[in-house]
Amino acid sequence: MTLISTRKDAATLTLTLVADFDASPDQVWQVWEDPRKLERWWGPPTFPATFTRHDFVVGGESRYFMTGPAGEKPRGWWRMDGIDKPHRLEFANGLAGDDGEPAPGVEPMEGHVTFEATDTGTRMTAVTHFVDAAQMETMLGMGMQEGMAQAIGQIDVLLAPAPLELEVSL
Amino acid sequence: MVVHSASDEETDRIFQALADATRRDILARAILEEQSVSALAGHYAMSFAAVQKHVAVLERAALISKHRRGRERIVQGNVSTLRTAAALMDAYEQLWIERANLIADVLAGEEGVNQ
Repeated sequence: MTLISTRKDAATLTLTLVADFDASPDQVWQVWEDPRKLERWWGPPTFPATFTRHDFVVGGESRYFMTGPAGEKPRGWWRMDGIDKPHRLEFANGLAGDDGEPAPGVEPMEGHVTFEATDTGTRMTAVTHFVDAAQMETMLGMGMQEGMAQAIGQIDVLLAPAPLELEVSL
Repeated sequence: MVVHSASDEETDRIFQALADATRRDILARAILEEQSVSALAGHYAMSFAAVQKHVAVLERAALISKHRRGRERIVQGNVSTLRTAAALMDAYEQLWIERANLIADVLAGEEGVNQ
């Protein structure tokens, strides 16, 4: 995997990640469509996700929970807003209550993901659009901070020599 | 992570204040070097009152503070507030970098994928 760039736009509350994978667009698409593959990367290692529903059709919804180190189970949901296999994916991602259903009053964040074939595999561009700072904090409050804090230490080292062109050997 | 050091309302004010290009420019100048409102106003093709309004928005978000020096009001950038706002974006950036790494792990376990 080669991380091409990340861009944080505070003015539009948009985060864009561009990464290249040594796999075909169909294979990269499958890590989103197949819930057993999706749950291996959606949550940080310390908060693995379990998808109990993944209705991968336009208008279809997903339900998932993550399991934290202390047994806590923050819950979330997806709604598929656009599917153009294997080119583009649009979905909403929100917070769910203890019953697993969408929590009222919490707007979902919007995700737009594109997949382009390259000479060596696939370029994936993932754009996350947040509604406001309150939402960003609430979704982070799903208990993911710890996992991210652990990752930051390793990533800072990797990012240090070249912030825009990073080879992560895997 | 310092994400929860500010209330939702405070953080919303920070992002709203940063959503304007002129205000971001004012903030950048004030962080670089404290200066008077009138000195700041000299940089923009807008009225003194309009610049004052932008300064007031930044002040409500605690991104800058003002103090008097003689007849002038001096504007100073508040770096720690800016860091709080940036921390939210940073947290999501790190989450997505980690996700990209994990996706590569998932793909690496498949046939026909060159690693």
